[in-house]
Amino acid sequence: MVTSFNNNVPTKFPKLQPKAPNGPDLLQIERSKASFDVDALSKFTYGEEFLKRKDKILKILEAEPAFEKTQRFFQGRHERLMHAYEKDKRTIELSEELGWTDEDRYIVNLLYDQPSPYSLHYTMFLPTLKNQCNDEQIKLFYERALRHEIIGCYAQTELGHGSNIQGLETTATYIPETNEFEIHSPHLTSSKWWIGTLGKTANYAVVMARLMIHGKDYGPHPFCVQIRSLEDHRPLPGITVGDIGPKFGYNTIDNGFMMFNHYRVPHIAFLAKFTQVKPGTGEYVKPVNARLSYGTMVLTRAGIVNGSGLVLARGATVAIRYSAIRRQFVDLDEPRKWRNEIIETPVIDYTQQQYRLLSIVANAYAVIYASQELRDQYEVNQEQMQKGNFSFLADLHASSSGLKSLTTTMALEGLEDCRRACGGHGFSLFSGLGFAYQDYLPFVTFEGDNYVLTQQTTRYLLKTFRSLIAGKTNTEQKNLTTTYLSQYLQNPNTTCPAISGAEFLNPELILTAFGYRAAYGVAQLVEELDQNGRSWNSVLVDVARVCKAHCQLVLVQSFFVRIQQASEKDLGPEERKVLQSLAYLFALHTMEKDVAEFLVSGYLSAAQSKLLKRQVLDLVALIRPNAVSLVDAFSFPDYFLASALGRYDGNVYEAMTEYVEKEPLNQKVVVDGYEKYIKPFVHRGLQRKNDSKL
Amino acid sequence: MAKYNGPTRFPDLPVKGPTGNELIQVERAKASFDVKSLSKFIYGERYLQKLDKIVPILESEPAFDKSRRYFQGRDEKIRDAWKKDRRFLELAKEHNWDPEDEKIVHGLYDQPSPYRLHYIMFIPTLEGQSNDEQRKLFLEPAKRDEIIGCYAQTELGHGSNIRGLETTATYIPETNEFEIHSPYLSSAKWWIGALGRTANYAIIMARLIIHGVEYGPHTFCAQIRSLEDHTPLPGLIIGDIGPKMGYNTVDNGFMMFDHFRIPHISMLAKYAQVKPGSGEYVKPVNSKLSYGGMVHVRASIVSETGRALARSSTVAVRYAAVRRQFYDATTPRKWGDETIETSVIDYTMVQYRLLPVIANAYALMFTGKEMLRLYHLNIEAMKQGNFGILADLHATSSGLKSLTSFMAVEGIEECRRSCGGHGYSMFSGLGHFYNDYLPTMTVEGDNNMIYQQTSRYLLKTYRDVVAGTAQPSEHNLTLTYLAQYMQNPKAKCPAATATEFLNPEVILTAFGFRAAAGIAKVAEQIDNQGRSWNDALVDLHRISRAHCQYFIVRTFFVALQHATDEGLGMAERKVLQTVASLFALHLMEKDLSDFVLCNYLSPEQLDMIKQQVQELLKIIRPDAVALVDAFAIPDYMLNSALGRYDGNAYVALTKMAEQEPLNQTQVVDAYETSIKPMREYALKIRKDLSKL
Repeated sequence: MVTSFNNNVPTKFPKLQPKAPNGPDLLQIERSKASFDVDALSKFTYGEEFLKRKDKILKILEAEPAFEKTQRFFQGRHERLMHAYEKDKRTIELSEELGWTDEDRYIVNLLYDQPSPYSLHYTMFLPTLKNQCNDEQIKLFYERALRHEIIGCYAQTELGHGSNIQGLETTATYIPETNEFEIHSPHLTSSKWWIGTLGKTANYAVVMARLMIHGKDYGPHPFCVQIRSLEDHRPLPGITVGDIGPKFGYNTIDNGFMMFNHYRVPHIAFLAKFTQVKPGTGEYVKPVNARLSYGTMVLTRAGIVNGSGLVLARGATVAIRYSAIRRQFVDLDEPRKWRNEIIETPVIDYTQQQYRLLSIVANAYAVIYASQELRDQYEVNQEQMQKGNFSFLADLHASSSGLKSLTTTMALEGLEDCRRACGGHGFSLFSGLGFAYQDYLPFVTFEGDNYVLTQQTTRYLLKTFRSLIAGKTNTEQKNLTTTYLSQYLQNPNTTCPAISGAEFLNPELILTAFGYRAAYGVAQLVEELDQNGRSWNSVLVDVARVCKAHCQLVLVQSFFVRIQQASEKDLGPEERKVLQSLAYLFALHTMEKDVAEFLVSGYLSAAQSKLLKRQVLDLVALIRPNAVSLVDAFSFPDYFLASALGRYDGNVYEAMTEYVEKEPLNQKVVVDGYEKYIKPFVHRGLQRKNDSKL
Repeated sequence: MAKYNGPTRFPDLPVKGPTGNELIQVERAKASFDVKSLSKFIYGERYLQKLDKIVPILESEPAFDKSRRYFQGRDEKIRDAWKKDRRFLELAKEHNWDPEDEKIVHGLYDQPSPYRLHYIMFIPTLEGQSNDEQRKLFLEPAKRDEIIGCYAQTELGHGSNIRGLETTATYIPETNEFEIHSPYLSSAKWWIGALGRTANYAIIMARLIIHGVEYGPHTFCAQIRSLEDHTPLPGLIIGDIGPKMGYNTVDNGFMMFDHFRIPHISMLAKYAQVKPGSGEYVKPVNSKLSYGGMVHVRASIVSETGRALARSSTVAVRYAAVRRQFYDATTPRKWGDETIETSVIDYTMVQYRLLPVIANAYALMFTGKEMLRLYHLNIEAMKQGNFGILADLHATSSGLKSLTSFMAVEGIEECRRSCGGHGYSMFSGLGHFYNDYLPTMTVEGDNNMIYQQTSRYLLKTYRDVVAGTAQPSEHNLTLTYLAQYMQNPKAKCPAATATEFLNPEVILTAFGFRAAAGIAKVAEQIDNQGRSWNDALVDLHRISRAHCQYFIVRTFFVALQHATDEGLGMAERKVLQTVASLFALHLMEKDLSDFVLCNYLSPEQLDMIKQQVQELLKIIRPDAVALVDAFAIPDYMLNSALGRYDGNAYVALTKMAEQEPLNQTQVVDAYETSIKPMREYALKIRKDLSKL
């Protein structure tokens, strides 16, 4: 392009201030209103040790070019992926240099906040090998994987099959003559699909395939196989492998596909800690009781639940800080003043916005504490199981499935609501919430599709209820479920005693209400199935409702328990007070949203639900002055948030313009497409003008 | 010989049977009605003919090719968008496209582009607000695409409240000019579509100041870039506001003014005027007329929400018929003699998620139509000096825009998620769409603000009814249901069985009562108990929602009542009636507590409604695929592997994956720079360790 001017001049903003009052002033006012100590609450929530480690790692990452976070907004998929490889490489080096522990690496990933190609090597490949290898395989696969000499993925899902692993199509046929397995994809739908780290990165894979011996099908089993050359990274003969293409989010991971064409692997590839195939004869040796592994699933899910809480906390941090700064309309009834001048009202002062956002803050705390409670119960259960007591296991496992389903859905909705609560600027990637939403989405489908999971929980609840009626339950083995179900059975016609709004501020009353509503749902469902002959499929909508009711009870109870059991040393009076208000808000707002269920069960009257609604608004008003401090206590550094709107200092508009100056389109005065697509029309007009002058 | 480092291809294998195509044919055979007849009823024959004509043209135009869309970065996307914009102008001339044709083209292409703002914002504003001289100077060259414009209202610190805009336009009598200026950083124009890199003209909203007196926001049209070389004019800083969650094919821009002078003619003067020299301000006449235009824009948004849901449910329902998961032990699915996994559409939970989305789509399409009808009725009435329809229509349109665009966003996402894992792939066609659709919730009035217009109107009407000053009108539904409520505020729903809830009368009375009771309660609190507006916002939102739901439910039923036997055959009428009932009862089920709190429904009746919803799902289930087929959305528009008409979802997914740029070589670029060094690093450490 021939130009008479220098086109390579980046666009810069003038040195102007935003219109007063500016963000820092407004946040300062908010922070001065806090009724409690922010650091004390952070310590209670995370523990001092965690906060210290986080601060230490934060400084390291902020100084590392490979961990820079602004470029990601502007990059296309390919660039982002290449950058992610760079970061993975640097992580391994830093990890060796600084001797990072697993927890340190967890913090690194949390702060960096972007999935990367090596992720699945750590989260799926290594744990699977650790659990399923025999001693020889530990040496051959696991130890090399630990040292990054081989990079692996976990290949289960297929193009035509997700949640139902019994339906997998890939086969692994034992060949006695050569003592090998032949892995094969018989149909197009058998292609492995969605496998993280497989597309372009992994050179090894754990492959789930149906084991066939002498023509007999033994169902899906895991194999560890090499898939790419360690010399030049090319796919091995017999394997077709690639990337499945762009996704809604998670584009910094190479989710891949893989097809096998009569691909032979040695006998050692079959992971043999539990099940074995005898060399030569092909005799199949059955696995021992797999109950113990349920325990680990509880721990994984506690981690996911904790992640849901952090997602909500992050959304709320950005939305609340920005709402304290963003001003819209003059509120005529109570005009807001700044230095004697009437200014527009910050949106956080509108009750609709408070109702929307403070309930999300309450959800965040509720979910974080519930995950901690779940982890504690996991520890208790592990101890009990070693003593041979398996009575908690089923309850814990069922609750953890349901909680995974409920809290990831809550997180997704809450995060998106926070983004939308930021108005137009929430749609900019600089809000920091767009990528977060897109990358978080898969959580509602992986580790068990949320809708499928609800069935597991409800099945357990129904079973427990039936055995209670039949009198087959050992009454000494009390757990949460048997407690509220028995209470209901003792008096199924009881009603809520509250006659004033204030009476709802009572943990006992609240828990009884949630317990009754859950039990009523279980009882109704048992009747439909056992007396009225309804099929399982025909009641799925209610199955999901019952699961939700149970898990909401677990969340409410965990919140109250965490507060009650905290010592005065760990939780000061002011922090305790604000958490109590939050717990009430969480419980009553949850109730309000599903109030129809409480009404249908006959437990709550229409008059009581009116009281409830009023009480929710009162709690919102009570918590309002602490809004910014409550999100400050989540203790997220700006580096993590990567958000123009959610910065700690409140310089929202300056940050927006700084990000914008980095936009690639703004690095030139005139855009590249001008000559070809814009100029022809405009110059035709100029021509017309000139012609008419003649 | 160099080793093969070319593209990866899938082997030529069939999918595990039955194929998607076989399964979807089974679904189509179950339909109780004629798909073509229903399509004709919804769209009219003329529209369908136009569609059939235009689709093949676009499919064969390289500039309209959609296959690269999912793989492109922002820069490539935006360049493709310009290319398509340019080709569009040529094609429109070649094929003599009328405005309706052009709308179809944009609908099919389904991606926002920079020039769109020129047509949908710049030109209409000039049409509406220019005087004769300005029409010649601005509008005519704009129509010839010789100047390209945008509409610059929103600022960095201000969105919905245009009273709060900071940009000033000060009249300078000495030179008969206006001086446009941005006093603060937060005054930067922001989010302005087509401004970032494309436009050379802009409509600018700025506070008019004459002799130190403020007259509030007014409209100016000014040149902003050189027509010679496209550089920004001196005094202006212009650029793109950066990447967004969607809409990345449009260059939303920012602009700051540094004492930027523009001539007197720039102030659009059809209504308000500033006298040259003296600077005397001449007030605009009654601005009620311009409300009509807003109704039209909102009616289009509502129609659009219907199409958005139609499109998403088309993808989700077709894929749900093809996708199989688990063997249903109680009612196993058979294929020939073989038991196969059950199609997910046979699970009641999936039906409960998806069939209401179909119902919403139909309901909102009829609602959009009805709003347009009322809009035209109102134009006629206003010409005769009758402003009676306007208030109700305008107020309802705000709430409807808010409610329906929210329903659409929720519905699109529900459909995407119901596709399971593959819904997360861009090849589902729903991810991009969701991202591009999101801004509808904030443009033309933020959904979280504009419902207040509806609520304010509802309270005012209520007060008029109480005071006996309301003017009854056949077009004012609000008055009708409020009056009914006032006659008996203690009324109860008469239904004694679940089937009675299939009676439109019963349903409409319930929705009307619930809306009226809510309005009465809030009015009481604000007028007599001193509750502030701000304190009542949560309830104000509820009454706007209740009112609009009433409007939509009523519109759906009335549309069916008014359809002639010729326009709507028996079978099609029957299925639509069922869909309408599902729509209404599902809506009720979701907001049950509202109906109970006003003491209109009893807990027993709630249970009946829940049951009836389940019954309706069962009745509609066999027509599911046919109902989405009737939306008549071509594959070219859907651009979805999962939602294809032929049902071959899995084959399509593999074909699309073959196009992925990462699959064009066997070994990824990063191997040499990252993966290989990491392995070498690991091996070296191991060697070093073993030496110790």
